Amino acid sequence: MAKSEGEYTWKDLEIGAVIAAPGSARQYESGTWRSQRPTYDFKKCVKCGLCALYCPEGCIEENEEGYFEADLFYCKGCGVCARECWPKVITMIEEVE
Amino acid sequence: MEKYAVYVPRLVKKKENFAPGHRACIGCGEALAVRLAFKAMDNNVIVANATGCMEIVASQLPFTSWHLPWIHTLFENTAAVASGIEAAYKALRRKGVPVPADTKVVAVAGDGATSDIGIQALSGAMERGHDFTYLCFDNEAYMNTGIQRSSATPFGAVTTTSPAGKNSIGQFSWKKNMPEIAAAHNIPYVATATHGYPFDLMDKVRKAVTTPGPAYVHILSVCPTGWRSATDTIIRQSRLAVMTGMFPLYEVENGQYKMSVDLPKLRPVKDYLKIQGRFRHLSDDIIEQIQERVEIEYKKLLEKAKDGTKRAKRKG
Amino acid sequence: MTTTRVGIEVSIAIADAVKLANPDVIAAYPITPQTHIVEHLAELVANGELDAEYIPVESEHSAMSACLGSAASGARTFTATASQGLALMNEVVYVAAPMRLPIVMAIANRALSAPLSIWCDHSDMMSVRDTGWIQIIAENGQQCVDNIICAFRMAEDRRILLPVMVHLDGFNLTHVIEPIEFPEQSEVDKFLPRSPFPLPLNPDKPVVMGDFAPPVIFTEAKWAHEMSIKASKKFIVEIWNKYEKAFGRQYCPLEKHHSDGAKVVLMTMGAIGETASVAIDEMVAEGQSVGQIKLRLWRPFPFEEMREAAGDADVLIVLDRAISFGGPGGPLASEVKAAFYDQAKRPKIVSFVGGLGGRDITVAGFKDMVKKGIKIAQTGSKNEYEIYGVRE
Repeated sequence: MAKSEGEYTWKDLEIGAVIAAPGSARQYESGTWRSQRPTYDFKKCVKCGLCALYCPEGCIEENEEGYFEADLFYCKGCGVCARECWPKVITMIEEVE
Repeated sequence: MEKYAVYVPRLVKKKENFAPGHRACIGCGEALAVRLAFKAMDNNVIVANATGCMEIVASQLPFTSWHLPWIHTLFENTAAVASGIEAAYKALRRKGVPVPADTKVVAVAGDGATSDIGIQALSGAMERGHDFTYLCFDNEAYMNTGIQRSSATPFGAVTTTSPAGKNSIGQFSWKKNMPEIAAAHNIPYVATATHGYPFDLMDKVRKAVTTPGPAYVHILSVCPTGWRSATDTIIRQSRLAVMTGMFPLYEVENGQYKMSVDLPKLRPVKDYLKIQGRFRHLSDDIIEQIQERVEIEYKKLLEKAKDGTKRAKRKG
Repeated sequence: MTTTRVGIEVSIAIADAVKLANPDVIAAYPITPQTHIVEHLAELVANGELDAEYIPVESEHSAMSACLGSAASGARTFTATASQGLALMNEVVYVAAPMRLPIVMAIANRALSAPLSIWCDHSDMMSVRDTGWIQIIAENGQQCVDNIICAFRMAEDRRILLPVMVHLDGFNLTHVIEPIEFPEQSEVDKFLPRSPFPLPLNPDKPVVMGDFAPPVIFTEAKWAHEMSIKASKKFIVEIWNKYEKAFGRQYCPLEKHHSDGAKVVLMTMGAIGETASVAIDEMVAEGQSVGQIKLRLWRPFPFEEMREAAGDADVLIVLDRAISFGGPGGPLASEVKAAFYDQAKRPKIVSFVGGLGGRDITVAGFKDMVKKGIKIAQTGSKNEYEIYGVRE
């Protein structure tokens, strides 16, 4: 969807304001919310995937090497992954940008 | 350290039917619970959602986090809407109208929408025996409107409408036992679950969805915003709720109670209460009251589950 | 075309009309005076004459909620209620229309409490005036049957797609035996082909319904609904004309009864209009220049038709069977006044409120009302509206 909400005319809406594009919220950058960010020491990662299981956003995925990494577009910095990562791969640092 | 084969990805499907980009609070346990619950289902699901946190964070026109057919109408009618969907599909199928086979109807609602304003619709739907699954995501207050108390708020907890003060200790009543109310309707499957035990949660949701007839799963969802607790310990908080006996995990299958976690000894409730700001004001006296009551309720439950637990020894 | 006329209780006839429409789901909660409708529907389902899912819900709020779920899933859906039930489901009624769900609801108009009354007036109709449903008013049993069938066609027409209420007098219609002709099932089947909501809840093609709208987009969503109900009038008329072609009986937004050229016109809604017609007929026979317009389409309001029908009259007397307390009195009258306000030529509009809570107005009463109305039009009144028939 190219238009932002502020550009929608009443004709742009589907009948009954139904949304026929599933998952359209994926374009929302919830990552702008965070004040902490996960950093990784992948040497310790055993690829168990528990961080991906526990992420409330569901934004942790395997990168090219197969290690689990948070998608910073969505990551809100809650720190659950860092807390649950038992090999201690993940450290939360302050977001300084 | 040995790098062994991927574990979670082999046991849990990858697709997020509740997509990232939703607007839940940082560290939302309920969002996690919803994510996990829907990973336990296939795509042949229609969701009826009540007004509440999960509805608001995932459905701001024109966006949606859902990859499944989903309807939200009002606050207290989720079970009634689900009944209508279930009946429609039954009728259409019978009349030979082409609809996808084996479509499941799942109702998603918070504790307020379930045990307070929505209890009538839920009771009616369970009594009529519709083939649907009702998932109550219990964050123990009306969180979406700003942390007001519901009948699911635990005794002594502070909310904006049950604040602590000279004349009040916080919530003045014991948490309403919704799973028991569901079980009293003699429906084929009732369970309690929480996201701190993710595989247990997913197994139970899967069972609920595949059980014909009404099924009810009550899912404790940690709300760091409302509970005034740390965002990164939501898993720990959820597990402590179980381990202290404050939120026991069990199933009731056709009236047969079955504990899900074998706890030889309950941890003191203080371990759970002290890490949440909503209980910070409690005197030792009240904590003692809570401890006593929790133990009594837990014993009652164990008594009901006496036969069931023997048969199903589950790992924690 | 049509078959024999039978003497049948109108509630039963309505249920039979619903049966002819072949709904998929019926959500039913009983309330006087609608009970016979839902009872007979249960009977029809139980003995296999009607293949539908009958959901005996636990309240009217759940009845309409189940209808939402059902229509959203693409099923033909029906419910019926009255008075308190309609009030209880009020918030759900508000939801159905902007979501464009094709639900048909029969309402056995009954007074709203307090005091409790099971008898007919239009206070319940007025409580859902602004919900954005298409609203049709039936005046006799035949009209009930015909309009139930038309309602399904209107609701499901892809160019309309709005829920439809069919209002009918509680007791005065529901519990009386009237002569009614039923169309043939095969003809009704042809008139009502399956036409569900175009984007239904279906796992093969997921859609999301019922998002919340922040201020930046809410107005557009509401305007889309208003545009749809405004546009629906011509299709409603088209469907009524199609019904006449198929079944021989014609309906229009408002029916004119001796009103062409009449100096004094009486406007009514509902079955009481038939009693008024007798009075009007007698007055016309006596040589008076009087006429009547009977409103059939309450929403969308037929502004043009009304202005055309009564614009040239000197006096327009509007009878309401409901009061807007502390306000302009008769809701219909206040809308009529508003509709005429900007017209260069307009009648003197006199608002009467009467017939509340089942109180009858007789033929003599109507004659009296017309006389009073003419007098008030001449002398003016210190009241916003006149109450008819109260003992003071």
